[in-house]
Formats: sequence, C-alpha cells, structure tokens
Amino acid sequence: MSQTGSRQAAECRLRARLEQGLPLTSRPWQALAEQCGLSESEVLACVERWRAEGLIKRLGLVVRHRALGIDANAMVVWDVPDDAVKELGRRLAAEPAVTLCYRRPRRPGWPYNLFCMIHGTRREQVEAQLAEIVARQGLEAIPHSVLFSHRAYKQCGGRFTQEESSHECRVHHPA
Amino acid sequence: MSAESTTRPEPAALDAADRRIINRLQEGLPLVASPYASVAAEIGLSEGELLYRLERLLESGVLSRFGPMYHAERLGGGLTLAALAVPESEYPRVTELVNAFPEVAHNYRREHRLNMWFVLATETPARIDETIAEIEAATGLPVYNMPKQEEFHVRLHLPV
Repeated sequence: MSQTGSRQAAECRLRARLEQGLPLTSRPWQALAEQCGLSESEVLACVERWRAEGLIKRLGLVVRHRALGIDANAMVVWDVPDDAVKELGRRLAAEPAVTLCYRRPRRPGWPYNLFCMIHGTRREQVEAQLAEIVARQGLEAIPHSVLFSHRAYKQCGGRFTQEESSHECRVHHPA
Repeated sequence: MSAESTTRPEPAALDAADRRIINRLQEGLPLVASPYASVAAEIGLSEGELLYRLERLLESGVLSRFGPMYHAERLGGGLTLAALAVPESEYPRVTELVNAFPEVAHNYRREHRLNMWFVLATETPARIDETIAEIEAATGLPVYNMPKQEEFHVRLHLPV
C-alpha cells in the first residue's frame, strides 16, 4: 500500500472510531492515535481539518431528553412566504426555547416550510413557550401547526462510516 | 395521580455539577490534547471528577453520545425527515414495518393527520429515494419526504 493509501486508511479508522465516541480518558486523542496508527498531533490536525471542512460540526454531546423527564416535545411548523423564511428562521433559531430550526419543502396537502422543535417537561409549558414566541416575534398572522409527540418508537441513529464491527449507530439527528 | 405519570419512568436526578457539565459540553469540547482537564478547570471540577461524572451520565442514559457531531451530507451520507399518514387501526403493524428498515434512525408518533415521523439516515444520498420506495411498497402508503433545505443554527441545544 502506498504511503498516501495507508494514511487514508488510518484516517478512515479514526473516523469510524470517533463515531463511537471520544474516549473518556485524560488524553483521548492519544488513545485514538494508538488505535489508528497515527500520532496524537496527526489526529488533532486531522480532526481540525474535518472541522474546517464542515465534516464535523462540533465536538459535544447529545442529551437524551426523555431520561431527564423532558418528554413534551413539539414540532412547530410554519407556512411562511418564501421570501420571508430565511429571516424568520434566523429569528426563531435565536429563541432560547427553540432547539432545532430547519427550512423544508412544502408538499401537496402540507403547506409548511419552516420547522422548529421546542422541548419541555410538560405540554402546558411548551404551549406557553410557543405563545410567548408568537407574541414576541409578532407571528399571529403566520399559519402554523403544533405536532406534539406521544412517544418515541425508535431512537438510534444512522451510521455513515463502515468499520469491521459496527454495532451501534449514532448521528446528530435533525428532528 | 394520572395514568400517564404512573407509567412514566422516574427522570434521572442531576445535581448542580452535572448540569454545569451538560450545559458547558453542549457548546462543544476544545480541540486540545487534554480537553477534559481544560473543561474541568472552566467549571470548577477536577479532571477526575469530570470523567467520573461523564461516565455515570452515559451509563444512566442521560447522555446518549459523546464525541463529534458529523455533518451527514458532507460525509457522503443521506439524511431526511419523512412522514406517513397511518390509519389508526394499522399503526402497530406499520410501525413494525417501518422500524424494520435499518435506515430508519428514529420514529415518533405525532398528533396530526401525518402521524408517523421518522428520520432516514443512509450511507449514500441515492439510498434515500430507494429506501422511500421500499417503505412505500412495504406499507402501501405514500411517504412525505421533507429533506432539510436550510439549517438555522441554535446556540445551545438544550439547557438543563
């Protein structure tokens, strides 16, 4: 295998290992480096490059809302004029109660093009937060619908990087 | 006491230090050789205490994942949000059919005519359309495919 080829293989191993989570040890990058046949500084440089390229959005964590009793999750969808959706999307994303905000296509029988998520411990709390947002942002005239979730029937994620034994799936999910 | 609150599992208890950890780490981890030591110093814990608490939060299921958040599309994968209008009497059967697809990442029941919402995550973008066609064939229901067109960034994902 060429030098470039073996470097690529090592980076692919790193990506797959990293998908399983950052090791909980004092020098996590050193631990990954040893598993992948790279040096610690090569691993850090590689992850920095992935971040600059946008492959990795950030290094952080995913909180399982339901384990904390935060299980009133509402998807609020808005029918916004196309030329106003960008501006309203930015304003909604800046609202502290909004945890995700996306523009998505309208479909026949589905007029909504802006989606945001609001999480809370109780349904009434989520409804009150939404009412505040509508009042504060002056959205009374924008048609919208609130879709509360009853329960999650499946919660895992997709896997994008293949490795020999990938058993769990994880991805930062959009909804 | 309502039926709902009797069947709901007890929420995990977090103390003030756990909350500081979760809120701080939702903003991201610095890309340095000893990231835990650096975060621990910021929030007034020792590195060992931080690592111990993170391990416990992962074990108790409060944190489902710790590490990089990948950008699926730029990794060459496909990702979309999809919905179905499922007749009430068929909900259990359709749930089973849909969840049998490994591409279905999560699946929520919601109060609307479109009452089943799921995320599809695939290794290639082309697999999204194929998977949707397969789900339509399996369930006999049309899939509403609503891929993200633009993301509006929120700062903190969820303060606890």
